[in-house]
Amino acid sequence: MTLASAPGDAILETQALTARYGHVRVLAPTDIRVRTGELVAILGPNGAGKSTLLRAILGLTSTTGQVMFQGKPLPRGDAVAVSARGVVLVPEGRGIFGPMTVEENLQLGAYRLGRDKPEFERRLARVLELFPRLGERRAQLAGSMSGGEQQMLAIGRALMGDPKILLLDEPSLGLAPRITAEIFEKLATLRDEGLPILLVEQKAPAALKMATRVYVLSLGRIAASLDADQITSHEDLAQYYFT
Amino acid sequence: MKTLRSTTSPDWRSALRLLPWGLSALFVGYGFVAGGYPATVIGFALVYAVFVTGLNLFMGYTNQVSFGQNAFAAVGGYMSAVLTTTYQWPVVPAMGAGVAAAVLLALVIGYPTLRLKGHYLAMGTLAIGLITYEIAVEWQSVTQGYLGISGIPPLGVGSYEVTSDRGQLALLVAIVLASTFISARIRDSRMGRAFLALGASENGAMALGVDVARTKLLAFLVSAAFAALAGCLFVHVVGYVSPEVFGLHMVILGFTMLYVGGVGSVAGPLVGALIVSLMPEVFRGFKDYQDLAYGAALIVILIYAPRGLASLFDRAKARPRSADL
Repeated sequence: MTLASAPGDAILETQALTARYGHVRVLAPTDIRVRTGELVAILGPNGAGKSTLLRAILGLTSTTGQVMFQGKPLPRGDAVAVSARGVVLVPEGRGIFGPMTVEENLQLGAYRLGRDKPEFERRLARVLELFPRLGERRAQLAGSMSGGEQQMLAIGRALMGDPKILLLDEPSLGLAPRITAEIFEKLATLRDEGLPILLVEQKAPAALKMATRVYVLSLGRIAASLDADQITSHEDLAQYYFT
Repeated sequence: MKTLRSTTSPDWRSALRLLPWGLSALFVGYGFVAGGYPATVIGFALVYAVFVTGLNLFMGYTNQVSFGQNAFAAVGGYMSAVLTTTYQWPVVPAMGAGVAAAVLLALVIGYPTLRLKGHYLAMGTLAIGLITYEIAVEWQSVTQGYLGISGIPPLGVGSYEVTSDRGQLALLVAIVLASTFISARIRDSRMGRAFLALGASENGAMALGVDVARTKLLAFLVSAAFAALAGCLFVHVVGYVSPEVFGLHMVILGFTMLYVGGVGSVAGPLVGALIVSLMPEVFRGFKDYQDLAYGAALIVILIYAPRGLASLFDRAKARPRSADL
C-alpha cells in the first residue's frame, strides 16, 4: 500500500473511527483525511462500508473513535450539531423531499440561516448559477423531476447550507454517463472554488478524473490510500478491492 | 395551423385548485339556506374540520401518528365547560384556558412520548386518549361522569350570545377559515418546511440542521391546540358534554375525514369533514343498507383517491416528468 501525500492542513480527519449496526461492526478503525481544496474519493465494492463511513462522520450511526473538523472534535450522535459546523451530506438516493417544490427544498437547505434574506438570496443565486436548470423548475415538485435534476437539487440544497465540506454519497447512482459527467463537472467547479469534497463513488473512472486523493475501502477497512495519479489502470485499483 | 392547447396551463391548474373550496362553500351555503338540521350537521362538520386541521399538521405534514388527539379535545372541552358552568367564566377566556391546558398537557406528554416511533407512537398516543376517557368517566366531582355537564352557554363574546343555527354556522365558518389560513401559513413557513422535511426523512431533516425532537414536539403542541379548540367549540355548540363525545369514535372519525379529504393538503381537512359528515345523510334513503353504502363509498374514495379527494385537484405544482435527464 502506498501512502498518500504527507499530513498537512487537514480540515476533516477521522481517528480510529468505527461504526456498527447492532452487534455487527461494519467499519474497522478508520483514519482518513481531507485537506482544504481537496476532492477525496472513497472507492470500493458494494458493501465495503463506504456509505457507513459518511454516516459515521455525521454521527447518524453508532460509532467509536473521533472525527476532527477544523481542528476540533465533531460531536457524536448529534447530526444537527455536526451540520451546524458546516459538514453537509448529500445522501445516497439524493434524499430530496419529493412532495415539496424545488424552491422549498432549497429553502430547507438554508434552514439554519433563519431569516437572513440577503444571505439567502446570495446563496440561491450561486446555486442557480451552478445549476440553471433548477431555476427553470423552481415551482416544480421535486419528486416529479428526473434523476439527474434531483441530484442537482440535492447538491444545490446542500450548497444552500454554505458547507465548509461536502460529503457526497454515490451522486452518479442510477444516472446515465452523460448526466454523471455533467454532475461531476459541477463538482470539479466546486473543488476549484476551494470547497473540500469527500466523495463516495462506485464509478471509479469518473471519480478518479477529479479526485486529488483516493481511499480504497474493502470489507470495512482502508485497503489503500493513494494519490489519484498513482492509479493508471483498472488493475492498479482492482488489486485493492478484495484485499 | 392548429395549435395544441396544454391541459395543464397555469389558469386551468389555478381553477382546479379552487374546486375543493368551491365545493365546500356550496355545502356550507346549503346549510345557511336550509337552516335547521342541515345547518346543525354542517356545523358539526366544521367543528370536526378544526379538529382534523390539527391532526393534519401532525400526521399529514410531519408524518407522525397520533391516536390520542381526542384527549386534547376532551381537556379543552371539559375545561371550558366546567369554567363556564361551575365558575361562571365568560366563554372566550374559558376556551382560551381550555386550549392552554391542553397544550400544557401535550407538552408534558409529548416530551417522553414522541421519542417513540411508528406503531409504538401510535399505541402510546392511543393510551393517552383512553386514559383521558377514563378520567372523564371517573372524576365525577368535576365531570359528572356519564351524566355529563349540561347547560353550557353557547358561543359568544361578553353578553352577546350566538344562539341561532345560522349565527353559529357563520361563526364556525369564520373559525374554520382562520384555522385553515393558519394551517396554510404554517405549511409555507420555515417551521412548516421543517415539519415536511422530518415527515419525509428524519435523518435527512437532521442533516440539514432541523432539530427533529423539538420540531416534532412543536407540531404535536400545535395539533393539540387545534384539537382543544375543536373540543371547546363542540361543547359550546351542543351545550352539553359527556365522556362519549371524546371517545375513540372521535379519533376514528377524525382519521376517516383526514384520509378521505386528503392527508397533507391544506383543503383536505375541510373537504373530508364535510364529505364524511354528509355521507350518512345522503345514504339515509338506503335504510338498512345505510352503513353498507357508507362503507362502500369510503372504500371507493380511498381506492380512486388514495391521497384524498382534495389531492385530485392539487395539480398546481406538478409538471410532466422531464425525459431528457
